[in-house]
Amino acid sequence: MQEISLNILDIVQNSIKAGASLVRITVSQKENMLTVSIGDDGCGMDEEQVKNVTDPFYTTRTTRRVGLGVPFFKMSAEMTGGSFSLESQKGVGTTTTAVFDTSSIDCMPLGDINETIFLLVTQNECDFLYTRETPSGSFVLDTREFREILGGIPLSEPEVASFIKAFIAENSPD
Amino acid sequence: MKSLEELRAMKEKMQGKMGIRHDSETEIKVVVGMATCGIAAGARPVLAAFTEELAKRGQNHVAVSQTGCIGICQYEPVVEVYVKGQEKVTYVKMDAQKALRVVNDHIVNGNVVTEYTIGAAINNK
Repeated sequence: MQEISLNILDIVQNSIKAGASLVRITVSQKENMLTVSIGDDGCGMDEEQVKNVTDPFYTTRTTRRVGLGVPFFKMSAEMTGGSFSLESQKGVGTTTTAVFDTSSIDCMPLGDINETIFLLVTQNECDFLYTRETPSGSFVLDTREFREILGGIPLSEPEVASFIKAFIAENSPD
Repeated sequence: MKSLEELRAMKEKMQGKMGIRHDSETEIKVVVGMATCGIAAGARPVLAAFTEELAKRGQNHVAVSQTGCIGICQYEPVVEVYVKGQEKVTYVKMDAQKALRVVNDHIVNGNVVTEYTIGAAINNK
């Protein structure tokens, strides 16, 4: 992974797979601390799974024996001197939080977070609450608001999708 | 600045124009591998290129979806194209440029881009 925003795209797939109806993504920059938090109301994990989820050689899949998504995310935060935490409860959901020290030479760039959010929002059925905070301002995107306005029109509808793309680009703080 | 007001106005205009789409009208399915391996290899720009190009060309009968790891990580980004009544085509080591060509040649004009398929990748080894 070359960008933190790719890690985010990857970790959110877990929430979608867990059957989440709402995924909360927060990307917040304060001085040289970047905090990324991904929380869902999906099926959650039992204690055994929580204990093993950061082990690259643990996976719930049967087609192969490695699971690298969460370990990558953890490693990319910890190698900057930051931290990683994961809380999960069966039947309630999972929240993953990673803190990056962006002044570290080992910190990868955030990358194209707007494209990650755009694709997640327009290509999935579940709802997203995305919060972006930087020293120059903050931005909130709530797909439940979009759906309320649109009635049954899907967010993947080309006209709607191009609106969402511009909405993210124009309202997100630098 | 884009606002929710604009979305409201858009909805007014779209109403009536929108027919209900049935699954049976989706004749072509494009599936992009979006597991850790796919994303690390560059699947995000591929997915973006497919959705954007198909929208631009008004290809409403094509559905784009995502899947997890299908077990050929060394060939990621992998894209599968399902055309009704035809055999599935698996494209490997995709990028945004190749995605545009697949839309143009395969999806719009019905010609498989053989050189990007997994068969070609294995034979050229």
